[in-house]
Amino acid sequence: MAVKGRRGTGLRGFPLFLLWLGLAAFSSATAGFSEDLTEIRIGYVHAASSKARLSLMDVPADNDGFAGAQLAIDDNNTTGHFVKQHYTLIDKTVRRDDDIAEAVGALADAGAAFVVVDVDADGVLKAAEAAKPRGLTILNVGATDDRLREEDCRSEVLHIAPTRSMLADGLAQYLVWKRWRKWLLVVGSHDSDKLFADALRRSAKRFGAKVVEEREFKDTGGARRTDSGIVEIQRQMPVLTQGAPDYDVLVAADESEVFAGYLPYRTWDPRPVAGSGGLEPTTWDAAFDQWGAVQLQSRFVKSFRRLMTPLDMQAWTAVRLVGEAAARTNSADPAKLIAFVKSPDFSLAAFKGRKLTLRDWNLQLRQPILLFDGRNTVSVSPQEGFLHQSSELDTLGVDRPETKCKLN
Amino acid sequence: MQTQLARVVRRLGATVFRQTAGLGFGLAILTLLATPALAFLAFVSNEKGNSVSVVDTDKMETVAAIPTGQRPRGIAVSHDGKFVFVALGDDDTIQVIDTATFKSVGELPSGPDPEQFALDPSGKTLYVANENDAMVTIIDVDKKLALGQVSVGVEPEGMSVSPDSKTLVCTSETTSMAHFIDTSTHEVVGNLLLGSRPRFSAFKSDGSELWATSEVGGELAIIDPRTRTLKARVRFEIPGLRSEMIQPVGVNLTRDGKLGFVSLGPANRVAVVDGVTHAVIKYLLVGQRVWHGDFSPDEKYLLVANGVSNDVSVIDVASQKVVKSIQVGELPWGVAFAPN
Repeated sequence: MAVKGRRGTGLRGFPLFLLWLGLAAFSSATAGFSEDLTEIRIGYVHAASSKARLSLMDVPADNDGFAGAQLAIDDNNTTGHFVKQHYTLIDKTVRRDDDIAEAVGALADAGAAFVVVDVDADGVLKAAEAAKPRGLTILNVGATDDRLREEDCRSEVLHIAPTRSMLADGLAQYLVWKRWRKWLLVVGSHDSDKLFADALRRSAKRFGAKVVEEREFKDTGGARRTDSGIVEIQRQMPVLTQGAPDYDVLVAADESEVFAGYLPYRTWDPRPVAGSGGLEPTTWDAAFDQWGAVQLQSRFVKSFRRLMTPLDMQAWTAVRLVGEAAARTNSADPAKLIAFVKSPDFSLAAFKGRKLTLRDWNLQLRQPILLFDGRNTVSVSPQEGFLHQSSELDTLGVDRPETKCKLN
Repeated sequence: MQTQLARVVRRLGATVFRQTAGLGFGLAILTLLATPALAFLAFVSNEKGNSVSVVDTDKMETVAAIPTGQRPRGIAVSHDGKFVFVALGDDDTIQVIDTATFKSVGELPSGPDPEQFALDPSGKTLYVANENDAMVTIIDVDKKLALGQVSVGVEPEGMSVSPDSKTLVCTSETTSMAHFIDTSTHEVVGNLLLGSRPRFSAFKSDGSELWATSEVGGELAIIDPRTRTLKARVRFEIPGLRSEMIQPVGVNLTRDGKLGFVSLGPANRVAVVDGVTHAVIKYLLVGQRVWHGDFSPDEKYLLVANGVSNDVSVIDVASQKVVKSIQVGELPWGVAFAPN
């Protein structure tokens, strides 16, 4: 899944240290700039969330996401150097959703017109509410909820993170291309798992796959890590998948990281696993090396001494979007920038092999969905043959004719 | 010159001692080349194959494959025709290959991750884009020495030198600019914002225009290099193809400046653009994911490398038709003709 950090790192204290060092160096650097530079401030609001992951390699670093935003600030400043613009990132960590409005207000007072938010769906709506009277624009990099782009869409929120339906469609297109049309769907017991399962069912219907049976894996609590857990898991997973009707691929919906990572190699029948485990749809992976991505990966590793995650990429994209708009319009006027981003002239290069553009009906960034097996790129959707009258990227997720969004 | 020759001979000797098996092959090639060859040879870098294919345009076939280091992309032949330079992205160097023996004879200190580079008209100075470091490295070819570095935008790639040698133009992909660098002071003297992800630029031989492609922006910018301003923007429209698939990369301009050939990447086409009116004349269907190309010295043919279909398409310049495709190595990227 796109929102969770992958391969956090064992050096979790280290990046934070580097971060402070970076900020210190940064502020001293800004002091040296002459007055004719146009200053563009971007806020970053992050809500502390669970770091429980099945694999140690997936435990997110403390600066997961924020590091991506910082790198984009550096990239924007390199460009800004030539067009006399300077960018600053202002960080606000919140503990509860209730603190989000205050954080957005403080960022507005500090002169930020754009605020990148890595919070849950309700948090995004709270941020939007606080942003509206102050004329701020929210860039959602963390919440994949379709409702934020549909019935709960807001004209001051741009969505950089893909939706669950985009991720599910990206995966489904590939499974259908492989002719793995019969799915065994195993769903976790949390609300987010159910939402992802809804998206997967919708995709199956859309692209001609069939869910032959559905099973639930109940989260009964318990630790992700125990010393002899592997013995139990090896017995548990075959039983969970035993006696299923004939199927081609097991598709798991487990955003809560409770069981999907345990499924590969443990299913009763020898079948591949996809969804929240095995072959996963996402926006980025540290192994991704196509279309110039290696350059971004090496810049990231050089700066932060860890691998770049999907959340880092989503935050990088959000901050680059602001930089791109400012460079193209040669302006720091938020109204001009937003008008440009919403215009048909806007596009962003983000190492995905094609330009990313904005869906004007709900302000969702169009983007390819990458499929990874945990080590390597397996494929990039949209798949060949999935056609669309305006953009093949609109074969991913809820399309214009189906939208429930009414922007005011 | 003599020292270079001596070096070649020494290298050859060393290679032969190391690999006795290579002796027969080396001798065979030397014998082959002892006969006066009139055919034009094109050198094609194969990004995945770690090799340079040698294409004979008289025979219209690949006649040799030269092994290289890791990830060869940018490729050029020295003005005297004696050496091929190939940028090895993953080996952080530029490999030098002898065009007579097809053997590697040395390296140039390119700086990290070299992709594209440009030789200045005198053939003495080489400018390399270091993508990871937002730098351009300047190299003295004869001395094999880095003379200096210039800071440019994020991910510099396309490199070209004005025909009067005075200006180096570097395009940076994430910054989306053309940087104009004074070759005597090594300073950036101007910047021009281009369409998203500019990848390549080329001067007309009279220096009157600079053509720069934007891969993600999907356009060709015609720039006046004197004023460093945009003269025109050329867009490409191909029926049945989404605009996202039209990704201009390589540009080849005829010496008289009357025709430009623009490779359109995953659109699998080369656009023929009128050098004067800048109108698109036609689209030529080539292989898959076409990258870069080069004219034969007599400008009879343009060879373009097709990055996915593992071949080069041969375009007949006069008739503006694709006349042949020739199999080369794995994932070909760039083409450079020897001048004789």
